[in-house]
Amino acid sequence: MNIVQELSEQLQQGNPKNVAELTQQAINAKINIKTILDKGLIAGMTVVGEKFKAHEIFLPDVLLAAKAMYAGMDLLKPHLIKEGIPAIGKVVIGTVQGDLHDIGKNLVAIMLKGAGFEVIDLGNDVSPQKFLDTAVKENAEVIGMSALLTTTMPVMKKVIDLARERNLHGRKKFIVGGAPLSSEYAKEIGADAYCFDGMSTVETVKRFMGIS
Amino acid sequence: MRKIYNIQIDKVKPTVQAVLEAQGIPHSKLSEERLINLAKQAIAIYREFAIPIGIVMEISKKDFANIFVGEGKNDGESPVKPIYESSDELALFAVTIDENICAEISRLFKSNDFALGSMLDSAASEGTEMAAQIIENIYRKHLSKIGLMNQKNGTLRLSPGYCGWHIGAQRKLFQHLKPEDIGITLNDSFLMQPLKSISGVIILGQKEIYEFDDTFSFCRDCATHSCKERIKAVFNG
Repeated sequence: MNIVQELSEQLQQGNPKNVAELTQQAINAKINIKTILDKGLIAGMTVVGEKFKAHEIFLPDVLLAAKAMYAGMDLLKPHLIKEGIPAIGKVVIGTVQGDLHDIGKNLVAIMLKGAGFEVIDLGNDVSPQKFLDTAVKENAEVIGMSALLTTTMPVMKKVIDLARERNLHGRKKFIVGGAPLSSEYAKEIGADAYCFDGMSTVETVKRFMGIS
Repeated sequence: MRKIYNIQIDKVKPTVQAVLEAQGIPHSKLSEERLINLAKQAIAIYREFAIPIGIVMEISKKDFANIFVGEGKNDGESPVKPIYESSDELALFAVTIDENICAEISRLFKSNDFALGSMLDSAASEGTEMAAQIIENIYRKHLSKIGLMNQKNGTLRLSPGYCGWHIGAQRKLFQHLKPEDIGITLNDSFLMQPLKSISGVIILGQKEIYEFDDTFSFCRDCATHSCKERIKAVFNG
Protein backbone atom coordinates (compact mmCIF):
# COMPACT_ATOMS: atom_id res chain seq x y z
CA MET A 1 0.00 0.00 0.00
CA ASN A 2 1.49 3.39 -0.98
CA ILE A 3 1.48 6.51 1.22
CA VAL A 4 -1.62 7.98 -0.39
CA GLN A 5 -3.62 4.78 -0.04
CA GLU A 6 -2.46 4.45 3.57
CA LEU A 7 -3.51 8.06 4.11
CA SER A 8 -7.00 7.29 2.84
CA GLU A 9 -7.15 4.19 5.03
CA GLN A 10 -6.06 6.02 8.19
CA LEU A 11 -8.58 8.77 7.49
CA GLN A 12 -11.33 6.18 7.24
CA GLN A 13 -10.23 4.83 10.63
CA GLY A 14 -10.52 8.37 12.06
CA ASN A 15 -6.90 8.62 13.14
CA PRO A 16 -5.84 12.30 12.95
CA LYS A 17 -2.29 11.74 14.21
CA ASN A 18 -1.49 9.16 11.55
CA VAL A 19 -3.22 11.21 8.85
CA ALA A 20 -1.11 14.26 9.75
CA GLU A 21 2.08 12.18 9.72
CA LEU A 22 1.27 10.51 6.40
CA THR A 23 0.25 13.81 4.81
CA GLN A 24 3.58 15.32 5.84
CA GLN A 25 5.40 12.25 4.52
CA ALA A 26 3.58 12.54 1.21
CA ILE A 27 4.44 16.26 0.95
CA ASN A 28 8.08 15.53 1.79
CA ALA A 29 8.13 12.78 -0.82
CA LYS A 30 7.06 15.42 -3.39
CA ILE A 31 3.88 13.58 -4.26
CA ASN A 32 1.62 15.82 -6.32
CA ILE A 33 -0.44 17.94 -3.89
CA LYS A 34 -3.66 17.40 -5.83
CA THR A 35 -3.06 13.65 -5.76
CA ILE A 36 -2.64 13.73 -1.96
CA LEU A 37 -5.89 15.69 -1.71
CA ASP A 38 -7.96 13.74 -4.23
CA LYS A 39 -6.67 10.18 -3.83
CA GLY A 40 -5.85 10.44 -0.14
CA LEU A 41 -8.11 12.77 1.83
CA ILE A 42 -11.16 13.19 -0.41
CA ALA A 43 -11.11 9.54 -1.49
CA GLY A 44 -11.05 8.50 2.17
CA MET A 45 -13.98 10.75 3.03
CA THR A 46 -15.90 9.48 0.02
CA VAL A 47 -15.61 5.92 1.30
CA VAL A 48 -16.70 7.12 4.75
CA GLY A 49 -19.71 8.84 3.19
CA GLU A 50 -20.69 5.73 1.27
CA LYS A 51 -20.42 3.54 4.36
CA PHE A 52 -22.52 6.04 6.31
CA LYS A 53 -25.17 6.02 3.61
CA ALA A 54 -25.20 2.21 3.70
CA HIS A 55 -25.60 2.32 7.54
CA GLU A 56 -22.31 0.45 7.95
CA ILE A 57 -20.95 3.26 10.12
CA PHE A 58 -22.61 6.05 12.07
CA LEU A 59 -22.43 9.79 12.65
CA PRO A 60 -19.62 9.71 15.26
CA ASP A 61 -17.50 7.57 12.90
CA VAL A 62 -17.99 10.14 10.14
CA LEU A 63 -17.08 12.98 12.49
CA LEU A 64 -13.94 11.20 13.70
CA ALA A 65 -12.92 10.74 10.06
CA ALA A 66 -13.65 14.43 9.42
CA LYS A 67 -11.33 15.42 12.27
CA ALA A 68 -8.62 13.28 10.67
CA MET A 69 -9.34 14.93 7.31
CA TYR A 70 -8.91 18.38 8.82
CA ALA A 71 -5.56 17.30 10.34
CA GLY A 72 -4.35 16.49 6.84
CA MET A 73 -5.95 19.56 5.26
CA ASP A 74 -4.20 21.90 7.71
CA LEU A 75 -0.88 20.69 6.29
CA LEU A 76 -2.03 20.67 2.67
CA LYS A 77 -3.71 24.07 2.65
CA PRO A 78 -0.58 26.25 2.30
CA HIS A 79 0.53 24.08 -0.64
CA LEU A 80 -2.90 24.20 -2.29
CA ILE A 81 -2.84 28.01 -2.06
CA LYS A 82 0.77 28.21 -3.26
CA GLU A 83 0.02 26.02 -6.29
CA GLY A 84 -3.28 27.75 -6.98
CA ILE A 85 -5.34 24.57 -6.74
CA PRO A 86 -8.98 25.61 -6.29
CA ALA A 87 -11.63 23.80 -4.26
CA ILE A 88 -14.17 21.86 -6.34
CA GLY A 89 -16.78 24.48 -5.50
CA LYS A 90 -17.75 27.14 -3.02
CA VAL A 91 -20.73 27.09 -0.66
CA VAL A 92 -21.97 29.83 1.66
CA ILE A 93 -23.78 28.34 4.63
CA GLY A 94 -25.53 29.67 7.73
CA THR A 95 -28.44 29.43 10.15
CA VAL A 96 -31.06 32.04 9.28
CA GLN A 97 -31.79 35.26 11.17
CA GLY A 98 -33.43 34.75 14.56
CA ASP A 99 -32.27 31.15 14.86
CA LEU A 100 -29.29 30.12 16.95
CA HIS A 101 -29.31 26.35 16.36
CA ASP A 102 -26.15 25.45 14.55
CA ILE A 103 -25.30 21.80 15.20
CA GLY A 104 -27.04 20.56 12.04
CA LYS A 105 -25.52 23.34 9.96
CA ASN A 106 -22.07 22.57 11.39
CA LEU A 107 -22.42 18.91 10.43
CA VAL A 108 -23.39 19.85 6.88
CA ALA A 109 -20.38 22.19 6.65
CA ILE A 110 -18.07 19.43 7.88
CA MET A 111 -19.41 16.99 5.25
CA LEU A 112 -19.07 19.54 2.46
CA LYS A 113 -15.48 20.37 3.43
CA GLY A 114 -14.76 16.65 3.60
CA ALA A 115 -15.99 16.30 0.04
CA GLY A 116 -13.56 18.99 -1.13
CA PHE A 117 -15.77 22.08 -1.18
CA GLU A 118 -14.74 25.44 0.22
CA VAL A 119 -17.32 26.36 2.82
CA ILE A 120 -17.88 29.89 4.05
CA ASP A 121 -19.69 29.38 7.32
CA LEU A 122 -21.52 32.53 8.38
CA GLY A 123 -22.56 31.03 11.71
CA ASN A 124 -26.05 31.60 13.06
CA ASP A 125 -28.55 34.49 13.09
CA VAL A 126 -27.56 35.38 9.52
CA SER A 127 -29.51 38.14 7.75
CA PRO A 128 -30.78 37.71 4.14
CA GLN A 129 -28.43 40.51 3.04
CA LYS A 130 -25.41 38.79 4.55
CA PHE A 131 -26.17 35.48 2.78
CA LEU A 132 -26.38 37.21 -0.59
CA ASP A 133 -23.59 39.75 -0.09
CA THR A 134 -21.18 36.99 0.93
CA ALA A 135 -22.19 34.70 -1.93
CA VAL A 136 -21.60 37.52 -4.42
CA LYS A 137 -18.35 38.65 -2.84
CA GLU A 138 -16.95 35.12 -2.62
CA ASN A 139 -18.42 34.06 -5.95
CA ALA A 140 -20.03 31.03 -4.28
CA GLU A 141 -22.20 28.81 -6.44
CA VAL A 142 -24.47 27.59 -3.66
CA ILE A 143 -26.16 29.14 -0.61
CA GLY A 144 -27.18 26.73 2.14
CA MET A 145 -29.67 27.88 4.76
CA SER A 146 -30.62 26.11 7.97
CA ALA A 147 -33.53 26.67 10.38
CA LEU A 148 -34.81 24.67 13.31
CA LEU A 149 -37.81 26.81 14.16
CA THR A 150 -41.08 27.22 12.32
CA THR A 151 -40.84 30.91 13.20
CA THR A 152 -37.50 31.35 11.43
CA MET A 153 -38.32 29.29 8.31
CA PRO A 154 -39.89 32.35 6.60
CA VAL A 155 -36.46 34.04 6.62
CA MET A 156 -35.44 31.52 3.95
CA LYS A 157 -38.16 32.89 1.71
CA LYS A 158 -36.90 36.41 2.40
CA VAL A 159 -33.44 35.38 1.22
CA ILE A 160 -34.85 33.96 -2.00
CA ASP A 161 -37.17 36.93 -2.56
CA LEU A 162 -34.22 39.27 -2.07
CA ALA A 163 -32.19 37.15 -4.50
CA ARG A 164 -34.97 37.63 -7.08
CA GLU A 165 -34.86 41.39 -6.49
CA ARG A 166 -31.11 41.38 -6.97
CA ASN A 167 -31.36 39.17 -10.05
CA LEU A 168 -29.41 36.41 -8.30
CA HIS A 169 -32.16 33.80 -8.36
CA GLY A 170 -31.25 31.26 -11.01
CA ARG A 171 -27.62 32.35 -10.90
CA LYS A 172 -27.03 30.90 -7.44
CA LYS A 173 -28.43 27.63 -6.16
CA PHE A 174 -30.37 27.71 -2.88
CA ILE A 175 -30.50 24.75 -0.52
CA VAL A 176 -32.59 24.60 2.65
CA GLY A 177 -32.43 22.20 5.58
CA GLY A 178 -33.52 21.74 9.19
CA ALA A 179 -36.03 19.77 11.22
CA PRO A 180 -39.25 21.60 10.26
CA LEU A 181 -38.35 21.80 6.53
CA SER A 182 -39.58 19.65 3.65
CA SER A 183 -39.21 19.34 -0.11
CA GLU A 184 -42.66 20.86 -0.47
CA TYR A 185 -41.66 23.92 1.53
CA ALA A 186 -38.43 24.27 -0.46
CA LYS A 187 -40.44 24.20 -3.69
CA GLU A 188 -43.02 26.63 -2.33
CA ILE A 189 -40.44 29.31 -1.50
CA GLY A 190 -38.44 28.81 -4.68
CA ALA A 191 -35.40 27.01 -3.23
CA ASP A 192 -33.57 24.64 -5.54
CA ALA A 193 -33.45 21.76 -3.05
CA TYR A 194 -34.27 20.54 0.42
CA CYS A 195 -31.53 18.43 1.96
CA PHE A 196 -32.21 16.00 4.77
CA ASP A 197 -28.64 15.71 6.09
CA GLY A 198 -24.98 16.34 5.36
CA MET A 199 -24.58 13.46 2.94
CA SER A 200 -27.62 14.42 0.88
CA THR A 201 -26.30 18.00 0.80
CA VAL A 202 -22.96 16.82 -0.60
CA GLU A 203 -24.76 14.78 -3.27
CA THR A 204 -27.05 17.68 -4.15
CA VAL A 205 -24.25 20.25 -4.39
CA LYS A 206 -22.21 17.84 -6.53
CA ARG A 207 -25.22 17.35 -8.80
CA PHE A 208 -25.66 21.13 -9.13
CA MET A 209 -22.02 21.46 -10.15
CA GLY A 210 -22.02 18.49 -12.47
CA ILE A 211 -19.51 16.58 -10.33
CA SER A 212 -19.90 12.81 -10.46
CA MET B 1 -47.15 27.85 44.24
CA ARG B 2 -44.14 29.12 42.30
CA LYS B 3 -40.85 27.43 43.13
CA ILE B 4 -37.33 27.26 41.78
CA TYR B 5 -35.39 24.01 42.10
CA ASN B 6 -31.68 23.44 41.73
CA ILE B 7 -31.41 19.92 40.35
CA GLN B 8 -28.57 17.59 41.31
CA ILE B 9 -26.46 16.87 38.25
CA ASP B 10 -26.34 13.13 38.89
CA LYS B 11 -30.13 12.99 38.76
CA VAL B 12 -30.03 14.25 35.16
CA LYS B 13 -26.95 12.42 33.91
CA PRO B 14 -27.78 10.57 30.69
CA THR B 15 -26.67 6.99 30.13
CA VAL B 16 -24.10 5.97 27.52
CA GLN B 17 -26.84 4.06 25.72
CA ALA B 18 -29.14 7.09 25.59
CA VAL B 19 -26.37 9.27 24.15
CA LEU B 20 -25.41 6.71 21.51
CA GLU B 21 -29.03 6.14 20.53
CA ALA B 22 -29.50 9.90 20.19
CA GLN B 23 -26.55 9.80 17.78
CA GLY B 24 -28.53 7.46 15.56
CA ILE B 25 -26.66 4.31 16.52
CA PRO B 26 -28.99 1.32 16.50
CA HIS B 27 -29.32 -0.89 19.58
CA SER B 28 -27.52 -3.78 17.90
CA LYS B 29 -24.40 -1.64 17.34
CA LEU B 30 -24.04 -0.09 20.77
CA SER B 31 -21.03 -2.16 21.82
CA GLU B 32 -18.24 -0.50 19.83
CA GLU B 33 -15.62 0.48 22.39
CA ARG B 34 -14.43 3.60 20.60
CA LEU B 35 -17.93 5.06 20.53
CA ILE B 36 -18.68 4.01 24.10
CA ASN B 37 -15.53 5.80 25.29
CA LEU B 38 -16.49 8.89 23.35
CA ALA B 39 -19.97 8.87 24.92
CA LYS B 40 -18.44 8.43 28.38
CA GLN B 41 -16.14 11.38 27.73
CA ALA B 42 -19.11 13.50 26.58
CA ILE B 43 -21.07 12.57 29.71
CA ALA B 44 -18.10 13.50 31.92
CA ILE B 45 -17.90 16.93 30.24
CA TYR B 46 -21.67 17.30 30.56
CA ARG B 47 -21.37 16.54 34.27
CA GLU B 48 -18.68 19.19 34.62
CA PHE B 49 -20.47 21.99 32.75
CA ALA B 50 -24.23 21.47 33.18
CA ILE B 51 -26.03 23.41 35.88
CA PRO B 52 -29.60 22.07 35.82
CA ILE B 53 -32.30 24.27 37.29
CA GLY B 54 -36.06 24.41 36.94
CA ILE B 55 -39.11 26.43 37.86
CA VAL B 56 -42.72 25.34 38.26
CA MET B 57 -45.80 27.45 38.91
CA GLU B 58 -49.45 26.51 39.27
CA ILE B 59 -51.86 28.29 36.97
CA SER B 60 -55.65 28.45 36.71
CA LYS B 61 -57.47 27.18 33.63
CA LYS B 62 -58.64 30.71 32.92
CA ASP B 63 -55.13 32.15 32.96
CA PHE B 64 -53.78 29.25 30.96
CA ALA B 65 -56.47 29.75 28.30
CA ASN B 66 -54.95 33.16 27.61
CA ILE B 67 -51.44 31.69 27.36
CA PHE B 68 -52.63 28.88 25.10
CA VAL B 69 -54.17 31.32 22.64
CA GLY B 70 -50.81 33.09 22.47
CA GLU B 71 -50.73 35.31 19.42
CA GLY B 72 -53.75 33.60 17.86
CA LYS B 73 -51.68 31.42 15.57
CA ASN B 74 -52.56 27.94 16.85
CA ASP B 75 -53.71 25.31 14.35
CA GLY B 76 -57.47 25.19 13.85
CA GLU B 77 -57.60 21.84 15.59
CA SER B 78 -55.23 20.82 18.35
CA PRO B 79 -55.47 18.08 20.99
CA VAL B 80 -53.95 20.47 23.54
CA LYS B 81 -57.14 22.54 23.92
CA PRO B 82 -59.56 19.72 24.84
CA ILE B 83 -56.91 18.18 27.10
CA TYR B 84 -56.27 21.28 29.18
CA GLU B 85 -59.97 22.22 29.21
CA SER B 86 -60.77 18.83 30.76
CA SER B 87 -57.82 18.82 33.12
CA ASP B 88 -57.88 18.84 36.92
CA GLU B 89 -54.77 20.96 37.54
CA LEU B 90 -52.22 22.88 35.47
CA ALA B 91 -48.71 24.18 36.11
CA LEU B 92 -46.28 26.09 33.92
CA PHE B 93 -42.66 24.97 33.98
CA ALA B 94 -39.26 25.73 32.51
CA VAL B 95 -35.87 24.04 32.85
CA THR B 96 -32.38 24.66 31.59
CA ILE B 97 -28.93 23.17 32.02
CA ASP B 98 -27.20 26.55 31.55
CA GLU B 99 -25.30 28.35 28.82
CA ASN B 100 -21.88 26.91 29.78
CA ILE B 101 -22.60 23.63 28.10
CA CYS B 102 -23.64 25.31 24.83
CA ALA B 103 -20.38 27.28 24.86
CA GLU B 104 -18.41 24.08 25.40
CA ILE B 105 -20.19 22.38 22.47
CA SER B 106 -19.23 25.34 20.24
CA ARG B 107 -15.65 25.24 21.50
CA LEU B 108 -15.34 21.55 20.68
CA PHE B 109 -16.62 22.10 17.14
CA LYS B 110 -14.23 25.02 16.64
CA SER B 111 -11.30 22.86 17.72
CA ASN B 112 -12.36 20.14 15.22
CA ASP B 113 -13.52 17.76 17.96
CA PHE B 114 -16.71 17.21 15.98
CA ALA B 115 -17.60 13.75 17.27
CA LEU B 116 -17.18 14.74 20.91
CA GLY B 117 -19.03 18.02 20.33
CA SER B 118 -21.90 16.20 18.69
CA MET B 119 -22.01 13.59 21.50
CA LEU B 120 -22.00 16.37 24.09
CA ASP B 121 -24.90 18.02 22.27
CA SER B 122 -26.85 14.77 22.47
CA ALA B 123 -25.93 14.33 26.15
CA ALA B 124 -27.08 17.90 26.85
CA SER B 125 -30.41 17.38 25.05
CA GLU B 126 -31.01 14.15 26.97
CA GLY B 127 -30.06 15.87 30.23
CA THR B 128 -32.47 18.74 29.58
CA GLU B 129 -35.31 16.26 28.98
CA MET B 130 -34.41 14.51 32.22
CA ALA B 131 -34.45 17.85 34.06
CA ALA B 132 -37.97 18.51 32.72
CA GLN B 133 -39.00 15.08 33.98
CA ILE B 134 -37.57 15.86 37.42
CA ILE B 135 -39.64 19.05 37.60
CA GLU B 136 -42.72 17.11 36.52
CA ASN B 137 -42.01 14.54 39.26
CA ILE B 138 -41.66 17.33 41.84
CA TYR B 139 -45.04 18.71 40.79
CA ARG B 140 -46.55 15.22 40.96
CA LYS B 141 -45.25 14.84 44.51
CA HIS B 142 -46.85 18.18 45.38
CA LEU B 143 -50.14 16.99 43.88
CA SER B 144 -49.92 13.75 45.82
CA LYS B 145 -49.28 15.62 49.03
CA ILE B 146 -52.44 17.66 48.59
CA GLY B 147 -54.40 14.52 47.68
CA LEU B 148 -54.99 15.19 43.99
CA MET B 149 -53.07 12.27 42.48
CA ASN B 150 -54.82 8.90 42.24
CA GLN B 151 -54.81 5.66 40.25
CA LYS B 152 -57.01 7.10 37.50
CA ASN B 153 -55.18 10.30 36.70
CA GLY B 154 -51.71 11.24 35.53
CA THR B 155 -49.58 14.16 34.36
CA LEU B 156 -48.29 15.02 30.91
CA ARG B 157 -45.94 17.77 29.71
CA LEU B 158 -46.76 19.76 26.59
CA SER B 159 -44.76 22.58 25.02
CA PRO B 160 -45.53 25.43 22.61
CA GLY B 161 -44.33 24.55 19.14
CA TYR B 162 -45.81 21.05 19.23
CA CYS B 163 -49.18 19.42 18.55
CA GLY B 164 -50.75 22.48 16.93
CA TRP B 165 -49.86 24.78 19.84
CA HIS B 166 -48.01 27.64 18.16
CA ILE B 167 -44.60 28.56 19.51
CA GLY B 168 -45.80 32.18 19.74
CA ALA B 169 -47.47 31.22 23.02
CA GLN B 170 -43.98 31.34 24.55
CA ARG B 171 -44.31 35.12 24.92
CA LYS B 172 -47.30 34.95 27.29
CA LEU B 173 -45.91 31.86 29.00
CA PHE B 174 -42.74 33.80 29.79
CA GLN B 175 -44.69 36.86 30.97
CA HIS B 176 -46.55 34.65 33.44
CA LEU B 177 -43.81 32.24 34.60
CA LYS B 178 -40.81 34.61 34.43
CA PRO B 179 -38.14 31.95 33.75
CA GLU B 180 -35.63 34.80 33.49
CA ASP B 181 -35.27 34.10 37.23
CA ILE B 182 -33.47 30.86 36.33
CA GLY B 183 -31.53 32.41 33.45
CA ILE B 184 -33.80 31.63 30.48
CA THR B 185 -34.63 34.42 28.03
CA LEU B 186 -36.72 34.54 24.88
CA ASN B 187 -35.75 36.17 21.59
CA ASP B 188 -37.98 37.66 18.89
CA SER B 189 -38.28 34.26 17.18
CA PHE B 190 -39.54 32.76 20.48
CA LEU B 191 -36.25 30.93 20.81
CA MET B 192 -35.12 30.21 24.34
CA GLN B 193 -31.60 30.93 25.45
CA PRO B 194 -29.73 28.89 26.65
CA LEU B 195 -30.67 26.63 23.74
CA LYS B 196 -30.80 23.63 26.05
CA SER B 197 -34.01 24.73 27.76
CA ILE B 198 -37.57 23.39 27.79
CA SER B 199 -40.76 25.21 28.77
CA GLY B 200 -44.41 24.32 28.73
CA VAL B 201 -47.33 23.15 30.82
CA ILE B 202 -47.79 20.12 33.07
CA ILE B 203 -51.34 18.86 32.89
CA LEU B 204 -53.02 16.66 35.49
CA GLY B 205 -56.02 14.79 34.18
CA GLN B 206 -57.97 11.55 33.99
CA LYS B 207 -56.75 8.96 31.50
CA GLU B 208 -59.67 9.60 29.13
CA ILE B 209 -58.70 13.23 28.44
CA TYR B 210 -55.45 12.17 26.79
CA GLU B 211 -57.09 9.85 24.27
CA PHE B 212 -56.91 11.21 20.73
CA ASP B 213 -55.98 9.96 17.28
CA ASP B 214 -52.66 11.28 15.95
CA THR B 215 -54.20 12.17 12.61
CA PHE B 216 -54.11 15.97 12.87
CA SER B 217 -52.57 17.82 9.93
CA PHE B 218 -49.41 18.60 11.94
CA CYS B 219 -48.99 14.92 12.88
CA ARG B 220 -47.89 14.27 9.28
CA ASP B 221 -44.80 16.41 9.85
CA CYS B 222 -44.05 14.95 13.29
CA ALA B 223 -40.95 12.77 13.18
CA THR B 224 -41.51 10.87 16.41
CA HIS B 225 -45.24 10.51 17.25
CA SER B 226 -43.87 10.15 20.77
CA CYS B 227 -47.11 11.53 22.26
CA LYS B 228 -48.66 8.06 22.20
CA GLU B 229 -45.76 6.45 24.03
CA ARG B 230 -45.58 9.27 26.54
CA ILE B 231 -49.29 9.05 27.30
CA LYS B 232 -49.04 5.27 27.62
CA ALA B 233 -46.13 5.69 30.03
CA VAL B 234 -48.17 8.00 32.25
CA PHE B 235 -50.61 5.26 33.07
CA ASN B 236 -48.41 2.18 32.80
CA GLY B 237 -45.67 3.60 35.01
